[in-house]
Amino acid sequence: MAAGDCTAIAEILRNQARGTMSGKPKLHYFNGRGRMEPIRWLLAAAGVEFEESYLEKKEDLTKLRKDGSLLFQQVPMVEIDGMKLVQTRAILNYIATKYNLYGKDLKERALIDMYVEGLFDLNELLMMHVYLPADQQDQNFANMMDKAENRYFPVFEKVLKDHGKDFLVGNQLSKADVQLLEVILMVEEDKPDILAKFPLLQSFKARISNIPTIKKFLQPGSQRKPPTRPEEVPDVMKIFDP
Amino acid sequence: MAGKPKLHYTKGRGKMESIRWLLAAAGVEFEEEFIEKKEDLEKLRSDGVLLFQQVPMVEMDGMRMVQTRAILSYIAGKYNLYGKDLKERAWIDMYVEGTTDLMGMIMYLPFQPADTKEKNLALIIERATTRYFPVYEKALKDHGQDYLVGNKLSWADVHLLEAILMAEECKPDILSAFPLLQAFKGRISNIPTIKKFLQPGSQRKPPTDEKFVAVVRKIFNI
Repeated sequence: MAAGDCTAIAEILRNQARGTMSGKPKLHYFNGRGRMEPIRWLLAAAGVEFEESYLEKKEDLTKLRKDGSLLFQQVPMVEIDGMKLVQTRAILNYIATKYNLYGKDLKERALIDMYVEGLFDLNELLMMHVYLPADQQDQNFANMMDKAENRYFPVFEKVLKDHGKDFLVGNQLSKADVQLLEVILMVEEDKPDILAKFPLLQSFKARISNIPTIKKFLQPGSQRKPPTRPEEVPDVMKIFDP
Repeated sequence: MAGKPKLHYTKGRGKMESIRWLLAAAGVEFEEEFIEKKEDLEKLRSDGVLLFQQVPMVEMDGMRMVQTRAILSYIAGKYNLYGKDLKERAWIDMYVEGTTDLMGMIMYLPFQPADTKEKNLALIIERATTRYFPVYEKALKDHGQDYLVGNKLSWADVHLLEAILMAEECKPDILSAFPLLQAFKGRISNIPTIKKFLQPGSQRKPPTDEKFVAVVRKIFNI
């Protein structure tokens, strides 16, 4: 291969990687948690800087759709490595694998997936809460707390107890640990003493929060988003309403 | 001890059907233990074999796997139906999430209140024909190959075929505007393992009827 060919190929590869002007992944979503927040968490935990383009009105979503940027006409969408990835799980799986947060083999991946899928189910309840009609919120709140305390957190407490290690799977940080911390903190926003019966989760929370990249993400001024307030709901609905 | 995988679920499609499809496509024989009444589910729970107290659960390779996507990803990874690299996996994941969303709508249809069924069915047909099927038709058109990703059978192809057949049960001519999907359907249905699964007497489950809805409601308290 001639030297010129190598330069040309290198340029092509660089351009593919540099899908965005800066080369950083670019997140398309509204300026709130929703379904994008686990992605922000995982990128941050992996130490990956990212940009964000916020949907503020319906026209912003319509434009992305018209541009053909959204495979199924939906966000989240993340521009990364020359691709426009959609579907939260597909995006998280890609990031986790690329940054070595997905275990070392198929069986570890299976465990990580099981844990994350359980946490996703709990996250759905939490995420949906503020968008429910007022008369359904009390029941949903009770359901969320019941599930957190009796179905999900006991599982992770037991996992940590059984192997006595610092991380959920394979003795190394994975997307399961990041997702668990995210969910713990979200539930604590609604019920600060939710971890009262889970001593190992308490120390897990402290330990994972202290990982430098995660610690940085937990500080004010980071790209972590606050909970969506009830008064913000109408504006969010306007973006997504058909 | 490498026995056959053992599936724990009701004797209907629900969330287990995609798992049956993928095992069958991979040529993997499996056993099934059916939950027929509430007590069967309660026993599984009190035996401590359901990580989050839910089914599907699949006993496989010394694990008691739960969570549909975790199970499907494992099977796909093990039987070489998950692409050859990270980028192919990303495409497979995206495509599968789309068909999961569509099949999810269809799966819940029998459980919706009678007065919303017509509206929900119309929405399913609209989504299938304007949001989902165009994507897969275009994917096949753009690369001109037989399979969705990487010129090789993957989980995405099996899942799409399952979704197409379910959508056709809602509207038999739903593929009329999608010639490449029609050809795809013919082609993938003819793969020997899949052809076998599509024959009467296989472990493929029929659509959920009203009678079965009542059984499911009792078992899961919904």
